[in-house]
Amino acid sequence: MRATPETIVPFRAKGFAPRSNPVMGAASIAALVGLWQLGSSLGWISPVFLPAPHEVAGAIYRMAVSGELWRHLSVSLWRIVLGWTLGTVVGVAAGFAMGLFTLARSPMQAFVGILFPVPKIALVPLFIIWFGIDEGSKIATIAIGVFFPTVISTAAGVEAVQKNLIRLGQSFNLSRWSIITKIILPGALPSILAGFRITLSVSILLLVAAEMIGAQEGLGAYIIRAGDLFQTDSLIGGVVILAALGLLFVGLLGLAERRLLRWR
Amino acid sequence: MDAQVSAGQVPKIAARNVSRIYQTVDGDMVAVDDFSLDVTDGEFVCVVGPSGCGKSTFLRMIAGLDTISAGSIQIAPGGVPGKPLNSVVFQEYAIFPWKTVIDNVAFGLEMRGIARKERLETARYWLDRVGLGKFAGYYPHQISGGMKQRVSIVRALANDPEVLLMDEPLGALDAQTRVVLQEELLRIWEETRKTVVYITHSLDEAVLLGDRVILMTAQPGRHLATFDIDLPRPRSIETANTPRFVEHRALIWEKLSQEVKRAMEQNQ
Repeated sequence: MRATPETIVPFRAKGFAPRSNPVMGAASIAALVGLWQLGSSLGWISPVFLPAPHEVAGAIYRMAVSGELWRHLSVSLWRIVLGWTLGTVVGVAAGFAMGLFTLARSPMQAFVGILFPVPKIALVPLFIIWFGIDEGSKIATIAIGVFFPTVISTAAGVEAVQKNLIRLGQSFNLSRWSIITKIILPGALPSILAGFRITLSVSILLLVAAEMIGAQEGLGAYIIRAGDLFQTDSLIGGVVILAALGLLFVGLLGLAERRLLRWR
Repeated sequence: MDAQVSAGQVPKIAARNVSRIYQTVDGDMVAVDDFSLDVTDGEFVCVVGPSGCGKSTFLRMIAGLDTISAGSIQIAPGGVPGKPLNSVVFQEYAIFPWKTVIDNVAFGLEMRGIARKERLETARYWLDRVGLGKFAGYYPHQISGGMKQRVSIVRALANDPEVLLMDEPLGALDAQTRVVLQEELLRIWEETRKTVVYITHSLDEAVLLGDRVILMTAQPGRHLATFDIDLPRPRSIETANTPRFVEHRALIWEKLSQEVKRAMEQNQ
């Protein structure tokens, strides 16, 4: 047969393969800020409604020079570090118990199933009664919010460890503890770290929620006060710092993943 | 039964009247029924049977990875204290994705508390023997299936066990890779003369590798027949083309094919 357009099957396996491009990501944020600045400079956007980027930058600068930024940031960071660590340590331990022991499995599943969907923000007033209006309630809010996703991702990771690797460890006469530390922990680590991605943003979310009630210091309190005073430049400045904090956490986690999950 | 042990010699593996019964919702399921097997020191025994005959269950019972419902299995310890009784090679690539090739091979030694330098030397020696020396620093996802299974095999050998238990180790590999690994197994075994129990569904593989081929019946797995394979060693893949090999295989296949047919009818 002669090759005619009718006899040649055209290449059809095109598309459905999106690629990542970090330059495009940064450029689109820059473009948005540029448009925002342009809109403000041309007077299309009212400064009370949305202050211009340079005004927000100015608010952040003033906050930095006056020492306010560091005061609020250090208090907030301390709460996050404490709350997140507490929720993570207890959550990982509970996740292991759930993934390993029959006695823990069903009770924990029931417990997590009921309490995970409850918005932790709704519990903040209760936590104030339980743990006090000061640091206790704020750290508890973050810790409990972090606890549940950590339990779920850890238990899922533990369950996903290939059974034949465990059998292999047993065939090499490993103790129960060695199997947990040498086989199950590294096997579950990708899932545990994926959980951290969620809990780090959850901790920022709950930090602000907790600081909105009865807090004198902290980024959440700062934002609320700015809102009350219609200082939208300070308000957005606080939000920008929260976003930067989130970016920092994601970056640190990426570093940890590259180090710990080199084998993938 | 077929305990072919010369007088006075203690078998390396002594499995006596072993049964394995599973409790299922439909009542008791007998996987292995009154199965006995003695393996002498330095013998390569292949166990063949229709799929689902309980041959892997039997191997797991020797390895202590499944409970024995009745009977007993013993492995005679060797002269060297602290030497492990057995190492297992599984069908699926049971290697740690987070460990490099050389650390996978050294795993058994690491768990026995052998110093890093010494265990890496041993692992290096075994990797070189199967031509994986230059892949020592690779992670498992970077190497092929055949290489992964070589890693599991030399990990078991590096551990220097009294007996080596292999559960269809080449079952997941493609035909060409399997032939290459069969030849490697022959070469290594003829140098080390380990006591091996080798589970396979491939009759060719069993006749090529084994000193003895044990046939099992379809479920419940009982002893059907024992064949001594008197093919001269050293063997190679060429051995499979010799008339003696073909005779052995034909003889065993006659017995096995009846059993396979019976099993298929039973399942209908």
